[in-house]
Amino acid sequence: MKKWLSTDGFRNFISSCVAIAIGLVFGLIIIVFTNPSNALAGFLNLLVGPLEMGMMGIGRVLFYAIPIIMTGLSVGFAFKTGLFNIGTPGQFITGAFAAVYVGVHWTFLPAEIHWLVALLAAFIVGGLWAVVPGLMKAYFNVNEVISSIMMNYIGMYLVNYMVKLTVFDEMRSQSLPVATSAEIPKMGLDQIFRGSTLNAGIIIAILMVVLIYVILNKTKFGFEMKACGLNADAARYAGINEKKNIIMAMVIAGALAGLGGGLVYLSGSGKFISIVEVLAPEGFNGISVALLGLSNPIGIFFSGIFISYLTVGGNLMQQFGFIPEIVDIIISAIIYCSALSLMIKIFLNKRKANKKNKIKEVKE
Amino acid sequence: MELFYFIIQQTWMFVIPLMIVALAGLFSERSGVINIALEGIMLIGALFGVSYLHLFGDAFSPQLNLIIALIIAGVSGMLFSLLHAFASIHMKADQTISGTALNIFAPAFCVFFGRLILGTQQISFDNLFRIESVPILGDIPFIGPMFFQNTYITTFIGIAILFVSYVLLYKTKFGLRLRACGELPQAADSAGISVYKMRYAGVLISGLLAGLGGIILVVPTSTIFNATVAGYGFLALAVLIFGQWKPFKIFFAALFFGFMKTIAATSNAIPFLVALGIPSVVYKIVPYIATLIVLAFVSKNSAAPRAEGEPFDKGKR
Repeated sequence: MKKWLSTDGFRNFISSCVAIAIGLVFGLIIIVFTNPSNALAGFLNLLVGPLEMGMMGIGRVLFYAIPIIMTGLSVGFAFKTGLFNIGTPGQFITGAFAAVYVGVHWTFLPAEIHWLVALLAAFIVGGLWAVVPGLMKAYFNVNEVISSIMMNYIGMYLVNYMVKLTVFDEMRSQSLPVATSAEIPKMGLDQIFRGSTLNAGIIIAILMVVLIYVILNKTKFGFEMKACGLNADAARYAGINEKKNIIMAMVIAGALAGLGGGLVYLSGSGKFISIVEVLAPEGFNGISVALLGLSNPIGIFFSGIFISYLTVGGNLMQQFGFIPEIVDIIISAIIYCSALSLMIKIFLNKRKANKKNKIKEVKE
Repeated sequence: MELFYFIIQQTWMFVIPLMIVALAGLFSERSGVINIALEGIMLIGALFGVSYLHLFGDAFSPQLNLIIALIIAGVSGMLFSLLHAFASIHMKADQTISGTALNIFAPAFCVFFGRLILGTQQISFDNLFRIESVPILGDIPFIGPMFFQNTYITTFIGIAILFVSYVLLYKTKFGLRLRACGELPQAADSAGISVYKMRYAGVLISGLLAGLGGIILVVPTSTIFNATVAGYGFLALAVLIFGQWKPFKIFFAALFFGFMKTIAATSNAIPFLVALGIPSVVYKIVPYIATLIVLAFVSKNSAAPRAEGEPFDKGKR
């Protein structure tokens, strides 16, 4: 037990919890500041509101968690291989467009596989969108953060243009609804979680979590990629082709984010690509999810659900006159604190080292 | 000719804020701290500057009022950047993560502040600041309409900032020390320079300029601030790289980006471009593609400060 308590994983978990606690306290302060008389009711609503709604609330939380788990996996996977994939908004939206395009136009496909092909298109296009930063990093040593940011804006403008050109609903200034055969099957999940629009997307997301976990921890391929992330020079010396690994890591990360886009826009519940010049927020949320989940696939799954829970709770708070943006403020505080967590960890390690030294001295 | 002058005058309104914010990034990165939070800091600067104009829009004469708003924007940007400085310098945090936190915080805070304090998310102000024609200079043929008509005082402040930045970075002891901290902080440290202090200075100047850039972007192009600066902070990062971390190159990079932005925004109204038939999306994405190409070509001998992004560790050699 004691041994387990002193593992890195546990210490990371503790520092995440501390960050969450500080973020929530910060949120509470802001809520009190906004409207003291309703503060407690509002804050309770944020914390337990979705649960009070029963199965419907849980269904909603899971539904909103699907895209951010996917983008979180994307960022987290890249993190593990030493890359910061800030390009998720671009990969997400280009993937979404590919899914919608296939969903609207490829109706010649048999109904059973139409939605799968559309998802596959999202997966592939998202991956292709990340090839550019990957190639540039591998062959020109260009910082992937900067090139990904450029790709985000190129993706956003291009998707706006392509939507207008190919799948435009002029009445509503958004993309056309996809064919029913392209919608992700509900598999009875909307019956279990009555009142929500949950579909098989959550199962796909869970499968991806497991898949990434296995790739990272149980395969040679994953080991090589992690080695490149820890020390690219050492990896090269050990005979690992680090260029190939960088490109592959970016492509997989991009494909995950693209799939997330497909899962959202094929859900058949009122989500359409609208022509706005704003980067997809689901993409940036992925960064928060990955940071909070410590880039571990299992951790990302839970942090995705946690952030989704806060988002649903934040929407419920509106009935007490609070704005849902408070949730973003809380999340930013959590991220900021987890950026500081390195210091907390160093502090913990130092204390441990001091203890050991003292024991040594006594023995001597 | 009227159209030509109009395009030039419009271009300035994009170029100046882009340049100022890119210079903001320059100061931070030259001191060794990556500042991806430029977008967020711009928002905070614009928020407080515009809020002042919203509340006290007729307190003084328009130009004086604008200058007060600029000061408020700069100071609030500076204070906000203190968060980033503290995390990335003192706490040795990952600078990209801390910047991301600021970027998530700022737009949410703008909505929050607007709704709570001012009662509206869309903060409006009266734009009384346009200068029809600068006395004497505006009457010069050709040059007058291009530079001194339908302009804002912010344009000239921006040009002044460019020159001051150059002198500060390259002609003073402070600038030399700042740059040393971004290249090889251990060497600077052994020469008796406090790396912490210089990096704080770099990030705070960065916050000041980014805050200024925020309001300078909003004032000439709109009469409403709605919790967005439309990605200009990220575009400024591209300008910074395109300009290879050098003040005057940054100016020309901003000129190019600003010109492309103007063309993209007005291409429907320019007969010559309508005849060409190129969709406006092309003008919108060209700056980003150009940046990618430049990145690919120059990265082998990159001009980026060598120690940027690395927390300073005294014991490291």
